[in-house]
Amino acid sequence: MKASFFPGCSLEGTAREYGESIDVVSSFLGIKLEELPGWTCCGASAAHCINEFLSVSLPARNLLLAEKLKHDLVTPCAACFSRLKAAEKALTKESKEIDASTPFRGEIKVLHLLEFFSREDLIEIIKDQVKRPLSNLKVVSYYGCLIVRPPQITDAKNWEDPQALDNLISLMGGESIFWPYKTECCGGSLLLTNLDIVRRLIGRILDMAREAEADCIVTACPLCLANLDTRQEEIGKAKGITYNLPVFYFTELLGLALGLKGTQRWFRRHLTDPRPLLKAKQLM
Amino acid sequence: METKLISLPVTVNRDTRFRDLVVEALGEAIFSCYQCCKCSAGCPVAFVMDLLPHQVIRSVLLLQREKALSSRTIWICASCETCTTRCPNEIDIAKVMDVLRQIQVESGTEAKEPKVPIFHRTFLNTIKKFGRIHELSLLTNFLRQSGGISDTIKSGEWKNDLRLGIKMFLRGKLKLLPPSKKGVEELRKLFDQAKEHKKS
Ligand code: SF4
Ligand code: SF4
Repeated sequence: MKASFFPGCSLEGTAREYGESIDVVSSFLGIKLEELPGWTCCGASAAHCINEFLSVSLPARNLLLAEKLKHDLVTPCAACFSRLKAAEKALTKESKEIDASTPFRGEIKVLHLLEFFSREDLIEIIKDQVKRPLSNLKVVSYYGCLIVRPPQITDAKNWEDPQALDNLISLMGGESIFWPYKTECCGGSLLLTNLDIVRRLIGRILDMAREAEADCIVTACPLCLANLDTRQEEIGKAKGITYNLPVFYFTELLGLALGLKGTQRWFRRHLTDPRPLLKAKQLM
Repeated sequence: METKLISLPVTVNRDTRFRDLVVEALGEAIFSCYQCCKCSAGCPVAFVMDLLPHQVIRSVLLLQREKALSSRTIWICASCETCTTRCPNEIDIAKVMDVLRQIQVESGTEAKEPKVPIFHRTFLNTIKKFGRIHELSLLTNFLRQSGGISDTIKSGEWKNDLRLGIKMFLRGKLKLLPPSKKGVEELRKLFDQAKEHKKS
């Protein structure tokens, strides 16, 4: 199983453990994710806010690179996914003006990593290979905005109540808990400019996870994780609450459940340390 | 009998260019807005907006250019796409916000939340320079451009920021060196082309 991989800019920095766990888990499952040679930034939310042309042409450049290699393009980031999909729609619709010599033919698909890991054949393999079931671990799945919204761009099927993460959690033997904030916005795009607003949005999400009696949160995006993981202490302090809700990348939990090596190193990178919880649940 | 012509009041021919730009970007659906407020009800940042999303749509239809462009709303909209996803009339409200932001930036006037467009500009400049985002460069350049350093000192936030920065560093999450420049030449062409694609 082979695909081109668009890591996105945070995988070498704040989301290092996401990259590391993706490597370990995918090679264990026999998936070849080949980093797209010469990829450049997708423009994230900045481009579409102030420059329409760049909002399409920045991701389009990467799509054209990927199409030459003839493999589907997989990305682990919600924002990259959304921009690549937006470019895909724009290019297959009308304006093929981006690079007339190599127009995009739409012969490859853009997939979020979560979608890719939800393929039936992979699900079967994962099911067979679970060595350490996540028994008693109560998890709420946080999809955030851009993996699912708007469905005209993402082609998501259940955008108000997505299931992919929940299914993986159940598959790994964990307890996936329903909560109403699966796709509530965490304010990621405002993080550096309007921290007060972002703190309120994160606080609401953490409060809801507590109310749902979750032990932890699972995500599939570097920006979502950074937001939910790094500011629990300061938000809690202001409210007189200790949240202590570890936030995982789904690939980290896969690594744990599949009994793979390296999990300690990933967990050490989190600001809300997940190790005490995992020890208490006898998962480490 | 002689027919008398009744003179009807003539509609004032107002400048519709502002609305035309929005319609051009997302089509005629916007005219079907019946102000049901579903967009505003589900908006996660409505609590800090000065114009709610349904009011933004109305202001566009009524050609209230200044009202829309000078709003705080267009800058604190988090682009979460909830409104667009839920609108019963398939109006791409999030796209309206984008178009308004783009027109505002090109107008050259100061935005109600000046830090936000400065952030976006710094972001794009970082891409232009390195081909990819280097988080640390983005952060330091943004703080410099926006006067954010003196702000965080005044508000006392710097202690928090520093503490967070150190924690990230200790956990290997801060990449110190910027990426080697990839595809920068090609990107420069796109940035040049972008200048020719202005809204107004
Ligand atoms: S949800 Fe759609 S129809 Fe309803 S007020 Fe908002 S834009 Fe108008
Ligand atoms: S895209 Fe903007 S206006 Fe629409 S719901 Fe999200 S934050 Fe509100």
